[in-house]
Amino acid sequence: MFKNFFINCDEATTICDKSQYNEATLLDKVKLNFHFLKCKMCAIYSKQNTFLSSFYRYKAKSCKEIQHRLTDLDKAALKKTLESKI
Amino acid sequence: MPEEISTLNPNKWIDNYADYLFNYAVVRVNDSDLSKDLVQETFFAGLKSAKNFQGKSTERTWLVSILKRKVIDHYRKINSNKGKAEVRMNFYADGDNEGNWIEERVPQSWDNASEKDIENEELKTQLDVCIAKLPEKYAMVFKMKTIQEFETEEICKELDISASNLWVIIHRARTQLRKCMEDNWFNN
Repeated sequence: MFKNFFINCDEATTICDKSQYNEATLLDKVKLNFHFLKCKMCAIYSKQNTFLSSFYRYKAKSCKEIQHRLTDLDKAALKKTLESKI
Repeated sequence: MPEEISTLNPNKWIDNYADYLFNYAVVRVNDSDLSKDLVQETFFAGLKSAKNFQGKSTERTWLVSILKRKVIDHYRKINSNKGKAEVRMNFYADGDNEGNWIEERVPQSWDNASEKDIENEELKTQLDVCIAKLPEKYAMVFKMKTIQEFETEEICKELDISASNLWVIIHRARTQLRKCMEDNWFNN
């Protein structure tokens, strides 16, 4: 019955990654915490993962503020090429 | 009252949509030169298939749908690129140790990590270096999910991949990035 609760480190860290995006199920989280009881390496991974997620969120915030635009020069070149095709 | 029908006006495409389409492409493919090419190809394809435009959607929506196809084509292309920058294995793939950490990839403690690092500009640069070392498709999916914060469903739809495929990619990308950040920053 409890066989399904035993997961390996690859599966545990996959669940840990999913949970960084709040997409792990409750059952997944139970399995993960069960795994942590016997695996210190994955517990370290999880702790670092939480830290990295905060860092990634900070990075995401600064990246999303940027609106990428073409330069006027690029637009002029594109216009010229497109006009030749119209 | 008759439904409003949109018409195409290619002479105004650059002024009206080039920046929008360019930004759309850059946040997905993370490459400005490639994005320029994709935008140009989108306009060319738009001209070619202008006769098929039925005016039911706006001109911009129609052009975006063409660009979406171009992004999928690009993803399929990089997905079939083998051997360039392969992701390193972190877990044994078979045998008695299947699924366990490979000794040299086991996470080490980061004694020098602090909350202050989260806002460290140099660390952000290091992350860019580590992302650049990922195989292109891993970098693309990781950035769409983590940096652009797209929903899983949206990425799967846009790249035509399954959710389980997405999680395998995210897992491998994050594990590799963790190791790269450890080697170059936290245990340096």
